[in-house]
Amino acid sequence: MAKRVGIEVSQAIAEAVKMANVDVVAAYPITPQTHIVEHLAQLVADGELDAAYIPVESEHSAMSACLGASAVGARTFTATAGQGLELMHEVLYVASSMRLPVVMTVANRALSAPLSVWCDHSDAMAIRDTGWIQIFAENGQEVIDEVLCAFRIAEDQRVLLPVIVYLDGFLLSHMIEPIYMPEQDEVDKFIPPYQHLLPLNPDKPVTMGAFAPPFIYSETKKAQEVNLTAAKEVILQCWDEFGNIFQRHYSPVDCYRAEDATVLLLTMGSFGETATVAIDKMRNECRNVGLVNLRLWRPFPFAEIRQAVSKAEVLIILDRALSFGGPAGPVCSEIKAALYNEDKKPKVISFVGGLGGRDITPDGFEQIINRGIEISQTGSKQEYEMYGVRE
Amino acid sequence: MTKPGDKMTWKDVEIGSIVTEPGSASQYQTGDWRSQRPSLNRKKCIRCGICYIFCPEGCITQNAEGYFESNLFYCKGCGTCACECPTQAITMEQEE
Ligand code: SF4
Ligand code: SF4
Repeated sequence: MAKRVGIEVSQAIAEAVKMANVDVVAAYPITPQTHIVEHLAQLVADGELDAAYIPVESEHSAMSACLGASAVGARTFTATAGQGLELMHEVLYVASSMRLPVVMTVANRALSAPLSVWCDHSDAMAIRDTGWIQIFAENGQEVIDEVLCAFRIAEDQRVLLPVIVYLDGFLLSHMIEPIYMPEQDEVDKFIPPYQHLLPLNPDKPVTMGAFAPPFIYSETKKAQEVNLTAAKEVILQCWDEFGNIFQRHYSPVDCYRAEDATVLLLTMGSFGETATVAIDKMRNECRNVGLVNLRLWRPFPFAEIRQAVSKAEVLIILDRALSFGGPAGPVCSEIKAALYNEDKKPKVISFVGGLGGRDITPDGFEQIINRGIEISQTGSKQEYEMYGVRE
Repeated sequence: MTKPGDKMTWKDVEIGSIVTEPGSASQYQTGDWRSQRPSLNRKKCIRCGICYIFCPEGCITQNAEGYFESNLFYCKGCGTCACECPTQAITMEQEE
């Protein structure tokens, strides 16, 4: 039976990665992710984890080293945040295009300038289209569970795609939470050995990352897109099986007191936890509000999102990133697009908040919901409003 | 490669666009990039092989009579051979 232990989430990630028995970790330290790879380095140095730990000179090299390792069939892990993720950018596309199932945790961090080490989702939104499976975790337990699932999903031969598990920097990465850590034999059973279908192998040579002239490039991209979209089935199966074994259940979209709600708030990441307090308070005051938390960011869960909001009249979306000069927060834009052709759809109101580590309290969520309802009736001159900014 | 590249559908693409056939780049016709083709005047050619050495495509080979001929499946029409030939035996002619 799993034990519940008080542990810093970053350290628990390292322990989970150890239980997944990774072969190669290539990483470069960056706040607020550093504790994850620091602890992994310690585990390798102490002989507790039999893995190659490659202390590279940059995140670009970290991801490149992960690609090489994954290509020969090694189970591979890395972690980064903010600027580090941006420095990896071009290599992220190569990982997904070459079908290399690297697993990465990203402790979300705002982007410079001005320099900020604190949480928002700008880093994640900037790499949205890199072809990785992307999952936003809401609390420490979920981070650990999703990291274990990530190896299994990524390495499934029907998938063979890299996976990012996002956890809010500091808000999750540096929290000490009570976490159920699984037993080693449970993890061994849950994550089968990794076998790439066409690994780099001198006895059976292949070329990875060859060039593609115009007559074939479109076909390669279509194949990649079909593959990523189809991965959703495998993700759902993995979460089902995880739920059966560990009794914790995950789905692409989480609803909280949302079934009969006429007004819905939609969040991602750790905001979801705090917002439930506001929802409970408003429900006690007989306000008909509910919460939707988007967990699976890529592949985007169109059907689940449409279903979750179909009965609401107002949908208020809180983005933790800006799309400068754009139509709304990036998550809101996508959800608007997903709903546009639906016959019955809620009015969608866009907020941006929590940038660079700015807290939003339960009171704040209540204000956002009330202001959202107001805008739904009066309209607004702005495409989106920034919550909590001093005017 | 079971089909020529330009006949492959997305379903025929190997996972990760991985190439499993060694040396398959030799099937790639670079000759259709060409807008000019090299034409050899045998009367001027002294069979020195300088064109063969300089061709960046490596597509010039010596035939039985000792003349150096360009393989037009690969020749990109860069004109290097014509430029380097010491006797101006090669002229570049416009492709139709
Ligand atoms: S034109 Fe260029 S590619 Fe063609 S044979 Fe001459 S040197 Fe080679
Ligand atoms: S360089 Fe000119 S002269 Fe020499 S072999 Fe080639 S065509 Fe003939």
